Amino acid sequence: MDFVLIQFLTGLSSASALFLIASGLTVIFGVTRIVNFAHGSFYMLGAYLAWTIVRAFWDWGGREPYLFVAGVIVAAIVVSLIGVAMEMTLLRRIYRAPELFQLLATFGVVLIIQDATLAIWGPEDLPLPRPPWLRGFIEIAGSRFPRYDLILAVIGPVVLGLLWLLFHRTRFGVLVRAATQDREMVAALGVDQRKLFSGVFFLGSALAGLGGALVLPSQSANLQMDLSIIAEAFVVVVVGGMGSVPGAFLASLLIAEVQAFGIVLLPKITLVLVFLVMAAVLMVRPYGLLGKPQAHARAQSGMVEPVLRPAPPILAWAGIAALALAASTPFWAGAYALTVLVELAVFVLFAASLHLMMGPGGVVSFGHAAYFGLGAYGAALGLRYLALPMEAGLVMAPLFAGLFGVVFGVFVVRLSGVYLAMLTLAFAQIVWAAAFQWVDITGGDNGILGVWPSAWATNKSVYLWLSLALCIGATMLLRRFVFSPFGYGLRAARDSELRAEAIGLDTARLRLVAFTIAAAAAGLAGGVYAYAKGSVFPTYISIPKSVDALLMVLLGGVQTVTGPIVGAIAYHGLFVGILQTTQYWRAALGLSIVLLVLAFPLGIAGFARARWERAKGLEAA
Amino acid sequence: MSAPVLDVRSIEKRFGGVHAVADVSFSVAAGEMLALIGPNGAGKSTCFNLVNGQLRADGGEVRLAGRSLAGIAPRAIWRLGVGRTFQITATFASMTVRENVQMALISHHRTLWSFLSRAADKFRAEADALLAQVGMAEQAERPCGVLAYGDLKRLELAVALANDPKLLLMDEPTAGMAPKERTALMELTRGIVRARGLACLFTEHDMDVVFGQADRILVMNRGRLIAEGTAETVRNDPAVREVYLGAGTTSGGH
Repeated sequence: MDFVLIQFLTGLSSASALFLIASGLTVIFGVTRIVNFAHGSFYMLGAYLAWTIVRAFWDWGGREPYLFVAGVIVAAIVVSLIGVAMEMTLLRRIYRAPELFQLLATFGVVLIIQDATLAIWGPEDLPLPRPPWLRGFIEIAGSRFPRYDLILAVIGPVVLGLLWLLFHRTRFGVLVRAATQDREMVAALGVDQRKLFSGVFFLGSALAGLGGALVLPSQSANLQMDLSIIAEAFVVVVVGGMGSVPGAFLASLLIAEVQAFGIVLLPKITLVLVFLVMAAVLMVRPYGLLGKPQAHARAQSGMVEPVLRPAPPILAWAGIAALALAASTPFWAGAYALTVLVELAVFVLFAASLHLMMGPGGVVSFGHAAYFGLGAYGAALGLRYLALPMEAGLVMAPLFAGLFGVVFGVFVVRLSGVYLAMLTLAFAQIVWAAAFQWVDITGGDNGILGVWPSAWATNKSVYLWLSLALCIGATMLLRRFVFSPFGYGLRAARDSELRAEAIGLDTARLRLVAFTIAAAAAGLAGGVYAYAKGSVFPTYISIPKSVDALLMVLLGGVQTVTGPIVGAIAYHGLFVGILQTTQYWRAALGLSIVLLVLAFPLGIAGFARARWERAKGLEAA
Repeated sequence: MSAPVLDVRSIEKRFGGVHAVADVSFSVAAGEMLALIGPNGAGKSTCFNLVNGQLRADGGEVRLAGRSLAGIAPRAIWRLGVGRTFQITATFASMTVRENVQMALISHHRTLWSFLSRAADKFRAEADALLAQVGMAEQAERPCGVLAYGDLKRLELAVALANDPKLLLMDEPTAGMAPKERTALMELTRGIVRARGLACLFTEHDMDVVFGQADRILVMNRGRLIAEGTAETVRNDPAVREVYLGAGTTSGGH
């Protein structure tokens, strides 16, 4: 029983930290409908700033507890000001843009903050020196339990109480609750939205900063904090119900306790466990524990999907010319160019497969890398356990990914919007965790090596031609699907589910088939990639890989069929270009993302098409 | 008269303590325009949704050409030959006018699960013929998202006709339109209903449209049918006059 009590208390203290982060995220989402990726970065900044500020205070006045508290509060306030600055300079300009663009912009901020932190504090982990009062233990049930963890465990409920007071006893709080329920109505009643939004960002970022500062004594400030916490915070927010603070509290308790006990009882699947809980909750309660169905926004951000027209002939010829040029590279360029081109072909298919779901399907996947990785692992596992040659491996890759696509898709297509995106993320994290933790089968972090092409294709030129044939061929096939009756049905389901069902279309089935096709196509891309690299690793399935795919599609323009192709090329070009020239490539990439979001909200191809249609005098929807 | 296309027998629907539809029976014959009217909250929409399968009746029976519709999903009801238009138009904004109709035709002819053929080439002539019937032929190439509201309504009508329905259900077909357009749309509908021998059930708030275009009128109040008959009968029915005119302080169809 003692073990249970100790693990329970450990769970409580991590629940507190989790709740601080998640409550800020959920409040921001509730009011502004922005899924703020940068929230994890604010948490990280909170830790780094506290490290600097608390140490400065201690140098000045001795290592007193009250100076620690003061330092933490100052750090939280500085973070909240940074949050407000981001809201006022960046997000305020794009509130009317589709949700995804806001998310992308905040991801750009994540990259910028990562490099800024690196530049200011350096790459080392920074632990806070701990005076005796921070190191103390308390005897509980015969074991020593860190006193600070006990303090943390209390802070969570206290903050919940304070937030409750704020939301029920102040005008600002009432407005926040009202806006969470119905933003348009609050605006119609004459409330200044800009002040409200800035206020919410102040509060939310302060909570993130506070969380980061408070975990500093028990962890240390490091550069991985941002992305590791944001995934968990998303889970908590979604499980609790988006916009619900009490829900976030319940969910952080649930998640933290599951982790605390899981690490002892089921050490092999700790990483999967959290996402399994989330997937289970969403299957039973599609809007989270305490969430309500999102009120259908009356003004759907004013965006109407434009009519899809087949590409003009000149574009087709340009495509053929580009393909011919790519195929001829072995005759005039070096080996490095061939490697880059294979990657490019792979990413074009990867982006095009995501686009089928995002564009015509209207289903935004946050975890598309899962299927890319499943394809790669399908080929590699086939080689390892069945000794499959490359030819069979490249058949195995789309089959393996497509199979998982069907299984996951059955659950995914029942949801919509952010919840759907989060469930795809959860599934991707489950796949990633399996690849990472199931060492006996997948080799874990070391991956599977020796995944080489068959003898006839080991030549770099031959493999390039093979990649072009498979990836570009599959991409063209996906394009064809978009203009087929199936593709039209998919768009019909997206444009008006009511009408689609009223003319006999099975919208859920259409989406499921699209999801499966997209998964299989991503799997093929993963398979080709695996043989090009000769190895597979869990990183193929990681969150940044999924974000890569999203970026490529959005960069090119989600509303055009050519968009993902252009996007993949531009993104990879940007990536290769920046990666080679600067130490701070993350910041450069982040900045490019932010600028692109502000300047080309339709994406590159979308922008080009709008110009073309205007020049031709065509009516745009 | 031949057997009715739509036959509704004693349908019931309760929402908690509210008896939204109580013992309502009526039928619609081929070639007939039947209007369902009543003040707000009378149960018209509920009644309508019981017929189209959106809601499940607690009791009673709905038959389409003799076949019971109990427990059949809206999607399947469409396959049995029921075309619908909505109070707020529902069309596919990312498609052209013709493509909207083609989409319905693709579903009707069960060629949806085709992945390689081009949807834009499918049933073009048939789509154009339907568009011509509703007077939208010259707008076939326009994106549906830029249409005027009245044109969207006509497009919806063409889409509703795409499965060659036996029954046309129109929920507030003229809501949001200018008075002149309203009459034009319903005259168009009446012509098509007569020519094709359809049965048409519609709800409506505009009394000019109702009395001008309906062959027969049903009046509901508080979940019950209070009157039924031709325009003349209904106009002179004391119960209807009381519901609509009350003590004489208000007037009109709202």
